Amino acid sequence: MTSIDVSREQFRLSMLLYDTRYRSLTIQVVAMIALMSAAAWLVNNTVENLSALGKDFSFRFLGQRAGYDISQTLIPYTNDDTHARAALVGIVNTLLVAFVGCLLATAIGVTMGVLRLSRNWIVARLAAVYVDGFRNIPVLLWILATMAVITDTAPAPSAFRGDNATASMIFGSVAVTNRGVYVPWPIFGPGWQIVVGTFLLSVIAILVFGRWAKARQDATGQILPTFWIKLGLFVLPVLIADQIAGRPISLDYPELQRFNFEGGGFLDKSFIALTLALSLYTGAFIAEAVRAGIQAISRGQSEAAAALGLRSGRIMSLVILPQALRVIIPPLISQYLNLTKNSSLAIAVGYADVRATLGGITMNQTGRELECMLLLMGFYLILSLLISGTMNWYNARVALKER
Amino acid sequence: MHDVSFVRHEMLSPQPAPASQVGPLRWARENLFSSILNSFLTIVSAAAVILALAHLWPWFAHSVWHAGSLRECREMIAQRWGEDATGACFAVIRDRWKQFLFGFYPSELYWRPTLSFVLLLAALAPILFSAVPRRMLWFSIAFPGIVYWLLWGGSLALPICVYAGFLVGMLVHRLVGPRFGSLLALIGGVLATLIWWFYLAGPVAGLLETILPFLTLEPVASKRFGGFMLSIVIGATGIAFSLPLGVLLALGRRSGLFIIQSICIGFIEFIRGVPLITLLLVASFLLNIFLPPGTNFDIILRVIIMVTLFSAAYMAETIRGGLAALPRGQYEAADALGLDYWQAMRLVIMPQALKISIPNIVNNFISLFKDTTLVAIIALLDPIGLVTSIRADSNWNGIVWELYGFVALIFFICCYSMSVYSKHLERRLRTDHR
Repeated sequence: MTSIDVSREQFRLSMLLYDTRYRSLTIQVVAMIALMSAAAWLVNNTVENLSALGKDFSFRFLGQRAGYDISQTLIPYTNDDTHARAALVGIVNTLLVAFVGCLLATAIGVTMGVLRLSRNWIVARLAAVYVDGFRNIPVLLWILATMAVITDTAPAPSAFRGDNATASMIFGSVAVTNRGVYVPWPIFGPGWQIVVGTFLLSVIAILVFGRWAKARQDATGQILPTFWIKLGLFVLPVLIADQIAGRPISLDYPELQRFNFEGGGFLDKSFIALTLALSLYTGAFIAEAVRAGIQAISRGQSEAAAALGLRSGRIMSLVILPQALRVIIPPLISQYLNLTKNSSLAIAVGYADVRATLGGITMNQTGRELECMLLLMGFYLILSLLISGTMNWYNARVALKER
Repeated sequence: MHDVSFVRHEMLSPQPAPASQVGPLRWARENLFSSILNSFLTIVSAAAVILALAHLWPWFAHSVWHAGSLRECREMIAQRWGEDATGACFAVIRDRWKQFLFGFYPSELYWRPTLSFVLLLAALAPILFSAVPRRMLWFSIAFPGIVYWLLWGGSLALPICVYAGFLVGMLVHRLVGPRFGSLLALIGGVLATLIWWFYLAGPVAGLLETILPFLTLEPVASKRFGGFMLSIVIGATGIAFSLPLGVLLALGRRSGLFIIQSICIGFIEFIRGVPLITLLLVASFLLNIFLPPGTNFDIILRVIIMVTLFSAAYMAETIRGGLAALPRGQYEAADALGLDYWQAMRLVIMPQALKISIPNIVNNFISLFKDTTLVAIIALLDPIGLVTSIRADSNWNGIVWELYGFVALIFFICCYSMSVYSKHLERRLRTDHR
């Protein structure tokens, strides 16, 4: 036997460099050591610098009194509350912008993406102008410009006064002013739980009915007018419950008082400018994703569907969209992430998001830059991971099941 | 037999097509009024366009280009076109355009940024267009050093010594390579470069400076940079450095070496998970805390580093997509040819992966360039920061659309030409047969 027994070959130190079996290990160990020493160097520098500045590393400042006011809060907050509470107000505000912005951006993006493929020349051109315009100009500029539009062109509250007022409320209930928008706001009277409970039940009923109708269609081929039945389920029980419970939920309309509108709900102009600009900007990117997704489906698919005798609406909803969705969703996820991260530009219009409270006023007041930035980055990181996790889970559900 | 024929003997002369089937009428029928819904959409959008133009046109037509303040502008418009006429006051751009271009750069030194910009075009030419001679690439490589010297001033010795570091590294690589193998040569080269930069470059630069004093320009502080010059400096540097860094990160993420992979994934996901603005805040508030006591380096440099790192993470994901899109056969064929890892990457994998990812790479460049405006939030005077400061000026208080419109137009031109170029590049590099 002359075969060489590889495992018995004597190990030499040089094999760490020249033998591909060990070399990757060497590289990794070197990388690890380099990373560790870099981290140690940074931590050491930080400790030295902090002690030179006379600071320590602690999060106790979160429990101290914040002492500043926040103009727009969704949860109760006064300037006697703690910094942690102020940060929470900011977090809720960020989430609000991100949530409303994503919904609005999706609506705008899908509409514009479809319109851009329209056979109508002028509509397609306008959609293209919208997409190119918003994609090629910085979002910060759009936020500032939207703010300027609201401040400059919307009427002041005083313009609504008098017999020959220059401005009037839309439908007599919504007032668009240069301070923000005043809208009717629901008031929950005694017994509101009945109505809300009925509403939740009817939503569940809609979901159950949808499943049942689909199963029935799969089994028998008969198609129910699901849309109208669902709409009925959505509206009627709530209306009936509202009547039975004695109309506990009513709307509070804004009314013009001496200096300003009172009552109703108030959407600050900074919130509107930020949300609108972010949605329009992100909508342009979503429109491109939607267009690419629809174009990725070959013409043969819609022709085959037409040959089966489907009408154009059903071709869209049963054949094209389910396939296009798989192409659209991954870029859609990253656009949602971008919108959420871009909401940190709120500072440009003075909206109190988490970057403005925790990473702005709290940081400046307490001088805890390191702790505040760590918390801020941690928050955004967790939020991003949550969004991408959720959307990836959804993507995996709709993904093409292959073998 | 009848000789009555029911068949026409001679051909009819051809008739012109009906008016509804030719020319603009047919085009309009097909493209504008093909259905009721389409007709409705056409009319609504045409009305919207006409309304917008009707508002915008007088504003442009009544514009004023020579005035010292917004009040003066308004008076001139009212005098010339009537009391309630609207008009643009482009005089503000005329008044401040040097600031928009150069920020607060000393006006007697404007030739330096201007020359840098011209050189930038010259340096870009060989990269962008294949018709330009390849030898020009050496200039492109030398360009960053020259521009650093031109813009910030000081002695040319410093950039020369930085470049010399690369030469030293390559020299060591050459010397070590044949005797000890490629990996040791790489490590040796990198170490030699680092040693040169940290310990030798400073004294050598000092020596050079005393020998060649005429190579010194008047230094200009970073805080005087501003306007589009600042955007271009940050954007161009970020673009130039984020691509190679992104390639390395993408290769690291796909390397299969657990520790390297984890480092790359951690870095990429961290950067992609936080907004750029928080990184810029770190650059402006925190970077000094992480560095040895007493170091305090330039704010623009810090911003450039952060923007580059941020963009590199996105670039890495883009390139990873391109790498994943390549069929396995390409990797295996490269291995079968006996190429080592770096050769395979350089000669086979990367050219194809980069080609696939061109549109997304250029999209990354565009968003990087747009993101340079975020430095306005940490109080640097980029175009948007300038707009804010001009609006606060008592002469121009209340002016909005002229300024935003101007900045938006310039950004639009830059970004749109980048996307047009990417389409050109895609066409040029398309090697499949269609």
